Amino acid sequence: MVFGNVHKYGDNVDTDVIIPARYLNVSDKKELSKHCMEDIDSAFIKRVKEGDIIVAGKNFGCGSSREHAPIAISGTGIALVIAESFARIFYRNAINTGLAIMECPEAAEKVQDGDMLIVDTESGIIENTVSGETYRANPFPDFITEIINSGGLINYIKNK
Amino acid sequence: MTLTQQILAKKAGKDKVSGGELVTVPVDICLANDITAPVSINVFEKAGFDEVYDKEKIVFVLDHFTPNKDIKSAEQCRRVREFSKKHGIVNLFEGGKAGIEHALLPEIGLVGAGDIVIGADSHTCTYGAVSSFSTGMGSTDLAAAMKQGETWLRVPDAIKVEITGEMRESVSGKDVILYLLGMIGVDGARYMSLEFCGEGIKSLSMDDRFTIANMAVEAGAKNGIFIFDELTEEYLKESGNSHRFEFAEPDDADYKSVVKIDLAEVKEQIAFPNLPSNVFTAEEAAEKEIKIDQVVIGSCTNGRISDLRIAASVMKGKTVKDGVRCIIIPATPKVYSQCIEEGLLKIFTDAGALVSPPTCGPCLGGHMGVLAKGERAVATTNRNFVGRMGDTGSEVYLASPYTAAKAAISGIVGV
Repeated sequence: MVFGNVHKYGDNVDTDVIIPARYLNVSDKKELSKHCMEDIDSAFIKRVKEGDIIVAGKNFGCGSSREHAPIAISGTGIALVIAESFARIFYRNAINTGLAIMECPEAAEKVQDGDMLIVDTESGIIENTVSGETYRANPFPDFITEIINSGGLINYIKNK
Repeated sequence: MTLTQQILAKKAGKDKVSGGELVTVPVDICLANDITAPVSINVFEKAGFDEVYDKEKIVFVLDHFTPNKDIKSAEQCRRVREFSKKHGIVNLFEGGKAGIEHALLPEIGLVGAGDIVIGADSHTCTYGAVSSFSTGMGSTDLAAAMKQGETWLRVPDAIKVEITGEMRESVSGKDVILYLLGMIGVDGARYMSLEFCGEGIKSLSMDDRFTIANMAVEAGAKNGIFIFDELTEEYLKESGNSHRFEFAEPDDADYKSVVKIDLAEVKEQIAFPNLPSNVFTAEEAAEKEIKIDQVVIGSCTNGRISDLRIAASVMKGKTVKDGVRCIIIPATPKVYSQCIEEGLLKIFTDAGALVSPPTCGPCLGGHMGVLAKGERAVATTNRNFVGRMGDTGSEVYLASPYTAAKAAISGIVGV
C-alpha cells in the first residue's frame, strides 16, 4: 500500500530532465537523487517527501537508456510513478531496479498536483482522497509480476 | 512475420513469433559505455556473478565523458578498465581506439545482419541499418545478459515505412528521419519496430541508413531495421563481418500500420526545441531569423565520413559567422583519419571551425561544447530536450550536416 502526495507532470518527461547528463559522472543513488527532476522542476527536490507519488502523462521516461533515472527517482523517496504510458527502456529499468510503476490513463488525466492518493499496488486500485475518485491501473503481464515479486531482475535470475 | 520477428523467431528457435509474445534469445553483443558500464559492473559484482558469458561478446566503449572531462569521469573509466582486465574483456575501446560507439561497432565489423545486440545506450538501435536486431536497455538488463548470454524480449509489432523516390541533393538521411518523426511523433512507434522497406531505400547510402535507424528510438521504437540488400552485403564485407540473414519479404498484413514516404517530397528539416518531432522545413525556419551561438556537427547520428564530406562541401572557402562557434566531431578514429587524408580538416579549420577528437561530449551536455543560458545551437545530434546540451535556458535545433554547415556560415537557424 502506498499513501502519498502527488507531484504531477505532463507528457514525454524525458530522462534528461529526470536526471541531467551532467550528473552522470557518478552512479551513487544519494548523489543522483539530489538532482532529480532539476531541469523540469527545480523545487521538486525540496518538496518531495518519503512515500510521495509522481503522476505523469504519456511516454514517461523517454530518451536515454540511463538507469540512473529510476535510481534517482527512488533515491528521492518517491514510492510510485503512475503514468498514462511509459517509454520502454524506462519501463524495464524501473521493474529491474525495484521502482514501482503503474500504467493508468484515467489517473494520469484526472489526478491533480498535490492530490493525496492511496494505492494498492497489488490490486492496482488507486483512490484519490481529495476528489473521492477511484481508478484502476492496467495489470502487469504475469512474467513482469514474477520479476517484481522476486525483487528485481537479478534476484529473479538467481532464483531460477 | 516482420523483419524483426524473423530474426527473433530464428534466434529463439521457433518457426514463428507474434507481437506481444515473450521470448528469450541469445545475445551476440552486449554493449555499454563509460556512463552505463559502471552501473552494470556494480550490479554484476553486487549480484556475486563470477564470470562473463563470453569475453569476446562484451563491448565497452569509453566515449561519453572522454577524453576524461573530470576526476569522477576518469574514475568511471578506470572502473570499466579494471573490470575488463579482470574478466579478459577483449573489446574495450578507449583513447585513440575509441570512437562514438554506434559509429565504431559496425565500422570494425562487430555487428552483422541477423545479430542480436543489446546496449546500455538508447541509440543502440543504430545497427538496424545492417539488418540486425539491436535495442537499448538499462544497465541491469545488460549486467544480466553479461552473465547469462541471453535476454528476454517482448516481440514487437511493427510499423512499415515504405520509402519511394529519390532524395534531393541537399537532403540526407537526417531529413528523412526528422520528417518521419514529424509525421508520427515521439511516441508514434512506442514499443514497436520501425521497418524501412521499399524501392527508395536503394538510394539511401549506408550512412543515411545508420542515421535513420539511429533515431528510431526518438519515435519511441524498440528498434529500427532496414531490409538486407546489396549495399548491406557490400558494407558488411568491407567491415569484415561474415554474418548474413535471409529475410522473407514481409506482407503489409504483418504490420500494424504502413507509413509512406516519397523521398522527392522531403525537404531539409529542422527540429525546434524541445522535441525531435517538432519539425519545420529549413526554409520555414530561416524566415524566423533566429540567431545562433554554436553549431555541432558530429555524434552517433551524423559523425560519419559522408556527413563530414557534406559539411566540408558547404564550408569550403567560406567562413564561420562571427560570434558562432562551430565544432566538428569525427565519430571514429577512422573517420578522423579519412578527414585528414581527404583534406577535410583543413577546410574546416580554414573556415574557422574547430575539430574535436571523437566523443559524445556536447550532444548530452557533457563537455566539449556545453551551452550557457540563452544560447542556441544547431546540431546534427539526436535530441533537443530541455537542457540537453547545457543550461535549461539554452536551445538545440536538430538538423542535417548540410543544414548545420549552412547555419555555421549564415549564423541563423535554417537555409
